[in-house]
Amino acid sequence: MTHDAATHDDSKGQYFWVWGALLVLTAIEVVLAYRQVFQPVRMLEVLLLLSVIKSALIIGYFMHLKFETALMRWLLVISVTGCFIIMYFFFFPDAGRVLRLGVQ
Amino acid sequence: MADATLQHGSVQHDSVQHGVSGEFEAPLFGAYSKKVGMWLFLASDSLTFGALLVAFSYNRIYTAWPTPFGKDSIINATIMTACLLSSSLTMVLGVFAAQRGDRSWTRTWLLATMFFGTAFIVLHGMEWTKLIREGLTLPGFPKIAGAEGEFAKVSASTPQFPATFFGLTAMHMLHVTIGVIYLGVVALRKWFLPILGVIYVAGYFLIPSNNIFHYGIHALLICLIVASIILFLKPKDYDAHDVEVAGLYWHFVDLVWMFIFPLVYLMSTRV
Repeated sequence: MTHDAATHDDSKGQYFWVWGALLVLTAIEVVLAYRQVFQPVRMLEVLLLLSVIKSALIIGYFMHLKFETALMRWLLVISVTGCFIIMYFFFFPDAGRVLRLGVQ
Repeated sequence: MADATLQHGSVQHDSVQHGVSGEFEAPLFGAYSKKVGMWLFLASDSLTFGALLVAFSYNRIYTAWPTPFGKDSIINATIMTACLLSSSLTMVLGVFAAQRGDRSWTRTWLLATMFFGTAFIVLHGMEWTKLIREGLTLPGFPKIAGAEGEFAKVSASTPQFPATFFGLTAMHMLHVTIGVIYLGVVALRKWFLPILGVIYVAGYFLIPSNNIFHYGIHALLICLIVASIILFLKPKDYDAHDVEVAGLYWHFVDLVWMFIFPLVYLMSTRV
């Protein structure tokens, strides 16, 4: 534990950088949305991309997943991502059908 | 932390080699069981929020979606986001202090995290109150007398908007509230119970009965009962592992907001 704490203390500065990066990315999101820089669909893509980057920073650094074993990292990422992909296949084909044909 | 747990694993491995087997089981993920348990809970909880966000997106795709959030709402939500991000930093600093064995700074950073979390809840509550006053109501709920602004029209024309907005943000606000109480229990242990009790009673009597939070405050009473049962049945001095596990939960709450903020607020911005 002592070695572990020392390792983290040495690299404490990186967490301030991550915090700063998250604030900057949030500011970029707000400016993009408020100035309506892109069309809605492109805006959604850009905002989601920025959100994924922010969540990767939070999971990797703040939640320390980057420092866990490879088995734990991959098992968590693959299982949760897999469930989201299944959700996507359940919902969005029907949403596309409704979009083309209208609500019936 | 991975170093420490791997060391634990290697110690266990040596002990097996020396014939002292059966006392400990090798950690499958190189982490202690509480941490693995919290990760599994967070994975399942992410699917809860994932389902809500997918339902929100599904509704948004086939509906003429309103864009009612003006400058005030966006500024408010941006400050809320900054509060959550800052709380994650103080939480990390609290975990470091706990790993150093510095109890005073651990408590200080946890209290700072709770402060930012509480600021988030208060700002969100004020936002809710303002939107409800302007006519944003759930389908089936009585209309607000005298509210004929844009939000009243939105509630009438697109009931999916208030339904998904309140559903998503209420679920998240509940998680933040539970997170603040969780941190309070870890930081102050039994000392936190009377504080929580006073906040509950004060909230119940001070929040007007026509405000939704007059009823929502009962969540604190439920948390008070659960926290009391845990603290009295299993009193313990929470160590660095407990602080780290509490931190995982707190960062997850922050993580979820990183998707709610752009999808619910920024994509419904009125210019």
